[in-house]
Amino acid sequence: MLVSYQWLKEYVDISDLTAEETAEKLTRGGVEVDLLHPRSEGLDHIVVGFVEECEQHPNADKLRICQVNTGSETAQIICGAPNVAAGQKVAVAKPGAVLPGGMKIKKAKLRGEASEGMICSLQELGIEQKLVAKEFMDGIYVFPEDAEVGADAVNELGLRDTVLELDLTPNRSDCLSMIGIAYEMAALLDRGVQLPDASFTAASESAANKVSVRVDVPEDNPYYSAKVIKEVTIGPSPLWMQNRLTAAGIRPINNVVDITNYVLIEYGQPLHAFDLDRFGSESIVVRRAQEEETITTLDEEVRTLSSEHMVITNGEEPTALAGVMGGAFSEVQEDTTAILLEAAYFTPARVRKTSKDTGLRSESSIRFEKGIDQNRVEEASARAAYLLERYAGGKVLDGTVEEDHRVQEKHVMTTDTNRVNQLLGMDITQDDIVSIFRRLRLHTEVDGENIAVEASTRRPDLRIEEDLIEEVARLYGYDYIPTTLPHGTTTPGGLSTEQKDRRTIRRFLETSGLHEAITYSLTSPDRVKRFLLSDVPGTVDVSLPMSEERSTMRTSLIPHLLDTVQYNRNRQINDTALFELGSVFIGEESSLSRQPEEKKVLAGAVTGLWDVHLWQGEKKKTDFFVVKGILEGLFKEVGIGDQALFAPSRHNDLHPGRSADVSINGRTFGFIGQVHPNVEKEWGIKETYVFQLDLDILLSADKEPTSYATLPRYPSISRDIALVVGEDVAAGEVKQVIEEAGGELLKQVTLFDVYEGENLEVGKKSLAFSLVYLDPERTLTDEEVTKTHEHVLAELTDKVQAVLRQ
Amino acid sequence: MIDRLQELGKEALEEIKQADTVKALDAVRVKYLGKKGPITEVLRGMGKLSAEERPKVGQKANEVREEIQQQLEQKTEELEKIALEEKLQEESIDVTLPGKEVKRGARHPLTAVVEEMEDIFIGLGFSVTEGPEVETDYYNFEALNLPPDHPARDMQDSFYVTPDMLLRTQTSPVQARTMEKFKGKGPVKIVCPGKVYRRDDDDATHSHQFMQMEGLYVDENVRMSDLKGTLEAFVKEYFGPDRTIRLRPSFFPFTEPSVEVDVSCGICGGDGCRICKHSGWIEVLGAGMVHPNVLTYNGFDPEKYSGFAFGMGVERFAMLKYGIDDIRHFYTNDIRFLEQFKRV
Repeated sequence: MLVSYQWLKEYVDISDLTAEETAEKLTRGGVEVDLLHPRSEGLDHIVVGFVEECEQHPNADKLRICQVNTGSETAQIICGAPNVAAGQKVAVAKPGAVLPGGMKIKKAKLRGEASEGMICSLQELGIEQKLVAKEFMDGIYVFPEDAEVGADAVNELGLRDTVLELDLTPNRSDCLSMIGIAYEMAALLDRGVQLPDASFTAASESAANKVSVRVDVPEDNPYYSAKVIKEVTIGPSPLWMQNRLTAAGIRPINNVVDITNYVLIEYGQPLHAFDLDRFGSESIVVRRAQEEETITTLDEEVRTLSSEHMVITNGEEPTALAGVMGGAFSEVQEDTTAILLEAAYFTPARVRKTSKDTGLRSESSIRFEKGIDQNRVEEASARAAYLLERYAGGKVLDGTVEEDHRVQEKHVMTTDTNRVNQLLGMDITQDDIVSIFRRLRLHTEVDGENIAVEASTRRPDLRIEEDLIEEVARLYGYDYIPTTLPHGTTTPGGLSTEQKDRRTIRRFLETSGLHEAITYSLTSPDRVKRFLLSDVPGTVDVSLPMSEERSTMRTSLIPHLLDTVQYNRNRQINDTALFELGSVFIGEESSLSRQPEEKKVLAGAVTGLWDVHLWQGEKKKTDFFVVKGILEGLFKEVGIGDQALFAPSRHNDLHPGRSADVSINGRTFGFIGQVHPNVEKEWGIKETYVFQLDLDILLSADKEPTSYATLPRYPSISRDIALVVGEDVAAGEVKQVIEEAGGELLKQVTLFDVYEGENLEVGKKSLAFSLVYLDPERTLTDEEVTKTHEHVLAELTDKVQAVLRQ
Repeated sequence: MIDRLQELGKEALEEIKQADTVKALDAVRVKYLGKKGPITEVLRGMGKLSAEERPKVGQKANEVREEIQQQLEQKTEELEKIALEEKLQEESIDVTLPGKEVKRGARHPLTAVVEEMEDIFIGLGFSVTEGPEVETDYYNFEALNLPPDHPARDMQDSFYVTPDMLLRTQTSPVQARTMEKFKGKGPVKIVCPGKVYRRDDDDATHSHQFMQMEGLYVDENVRMSDLKGTLEAFVKEYFGPDRTIRLRPSFFPFTEPSVEVDVSCGICGGDGCRICKHSGWIEVLGAGMVHPNVLTYNGFDPEKYSGFAFGMGVERFAMLKYGIDDIRHFYTNDIRFLEQFKRV
């Protein structure tokens, strides 16, 4: 809604407030003014001039030499507009003027002829092209004949004004009109409202003799009225009206259309004027459209309708889309002399449906959709009749032809001082509360403590006690609400164990060198069913996706992490280490019958150099063991370090020889591995290692307790062994054999060398371990250790065919 | 003989003085104190002396020897010190060369903001509660007083996955679920962080996915002044103690009264600048007193209970705090962007 400050002054006395102050008042009161548009800042030295002579420029086909009387003098001005002519009254920018585009007007010579100013178009004066009346769109503006020569043209065009652009909340449909804003302003300032003149003289002829109204769908159209106005003369509307419409963002068309638009903005009541002679009959029938019925609307578009839509008809064919837009054939035209003026109340749901299906949104449909004041329809109609009589020479026939199914329900809300103060935490007196309802012009009755307030169709948003309390708060002023802290039951507050664990995981990974990423949950079909943790029977698809790229919910975090790796790679960042904590979404085989499973997972992607200190020649590339080390560290951090096991595995998108499943207590909960080289190629990335873990399983595992164990008082004995085993024997397996055979005394087994190649038989590799033996109760003897150690060696020979390396 | 010893002593000390390496010094030691050295020789000839003279010469010889010994030690120490200094000098490094960097990642700025907000509200007695991202129509809208024909429920504004399930458009459904769980008995005091989705085209200020942090407090006698006090405490903690808030009337279906909350501009201190559009205030969140319908739908008696609720856009808070100018940065995860939040 665009509100002209000057226009608003007609209805409420705000002469002591500037436009800025008015905007501030409204905003603080809850009607947010989003922007202020000063219409003519710095626009000066522009006057109404009279073109006395207009001759062809001798040296330029498209230019004319005009002698223009500007009130104080007659100046020669060169003009290039095609519509300039002698006898016109025009807007003249005199030397010294600066136009809104920044153009400075100076005395100049154009093709050898002097020019002392410029004759302006409306666009040059800062009016948007789409708001300029069609006749002046391609040339200069011409004032009405009664314009005073020498007068301030900016003022004549109503441009000494500021427009307030409102950002209305959906409940305040009452502010979609000048009068609505006036009531709001009056309530805020505790002032009166001056309603416009709506008194016309009715002709003796009765409208009811001329037309009839029938409403077939009263539930969609509780009230329909028609007035008949004869003998109208179509022409331009008065300049002040055109100016105000322009300020409101509406292009002036002709007096009749302008008047309906003017009343629409003034009262918030949409009106429609049909050409009675073109209407096609004398009976107006409001009904639902038939399936496949068509109408050509004012914009010359053919619309195909359904029974969900409502139309105004002449008994045969539709003449308007009810509440949305008129039809083309009954449109008011230059030769129109008789008008059928429609003023109706259409219900929001029906208009919304019609507007949405046809894709047509108009000033009219917007208001019907949000709900108009059903009790202001007649008033608006009368106001339009008054204006048509005055500015279109019309004769208003006696009476209004109408069908009225409106239900006038009386709804009373009650509250009391105590309740108001209790909810707000304030201390307002009953008198103050009652005076606020009076300022809002709501019928209020006080009975002891009780305050009863009658609901009004002017403010349909006020229905319950809390609505009233809000009115009290906003008019009294939110600034007066004190700041207190809750005084109820004390609650400890805090994070759940899982939330704490997630923070622990984040902190660990951050300090381990990984950056946290947050990527989109919506993805493309070719990115689901990749890098899966477990079987996904179905995906969760969006019904009306905005694009293929965001059409389904992710089933793995890895594809978007790889996208991120690639994004950074394209920006010359080749060393990337990322993790993400988020949900994946698992649907059902057929369409969703219940909410999908949302599995919380932790994933990562690491590529490029890991450990680097260049001038010292250190350059460690990320490999499987870098990422595995991070996971091992993480498992220790969350207390399951000794329980998580890695075992070789195969995944479609991973390198078959460099991937492992991670399990705990026999339950697989994640994987780690190098991205398959073909998949790396697909993503346009280099060697990249990824992991993904089911967070719920990870965090629900029994944690190793933190408790104190006595520090060893006796020395340990360390023995190193180098073993030769078959190259496909897993180191983990060998280590397990050692640990089992070593028994109680063996405290620690560390692999410190892996060797394959020279000096070894083909198909063999050497593994070297360091074993630490310790008895916490006493000093171990060499013999004891040797005995255990030999048992270890025997077991190794037996179970993994290990041979001591010579 | 004593003279001879004296002379030897003098000679030796002179040579010690002259010696400039440990090696030269060793040679002096061998020369004078060695088994074949002159002092030993003198001592060897002591047999020829009288019993009277013998102890005197012996004493003198010991004196001279000790003197030489002491001087040798002192000189050795000196020379060793010099040698060590030279060695250390040779070992010196260029301390301006770069050190080996400790590899460190960074927290995502949205996580940083969420955690900071959580911690502030935990301090005020709130618990952190979460819920599903694919929600039922009921919890996302109906339980929050948005009836089926409400314009905000338009298919065009939300990502529906079935006719009655959608990607949640707000984290408020978590509030509805939590209230339901409390079965009409307060206090409920929670904040709900999480991802939400709306059908917006992504640009500098819009994102089809973003994060919210909503809060709810339901108990007996909760007042609007408590809402104001709680939010003011939060704002001062998050933005700084010199910041203030103001409430402006607004509208949300789930609260009545509803307010927009502005925080005083941190750039100009309230005088008006480009950042606050010359108003001195920046709109940061929406809030209000829980609508009686919402209490009723979720099992609380509005005659007995009242409550407040608020909702904040995490991205907006992050953008305001760190001066980030494009919401898309949060989701493209450019390492150069993420790197900037190492210290948060």
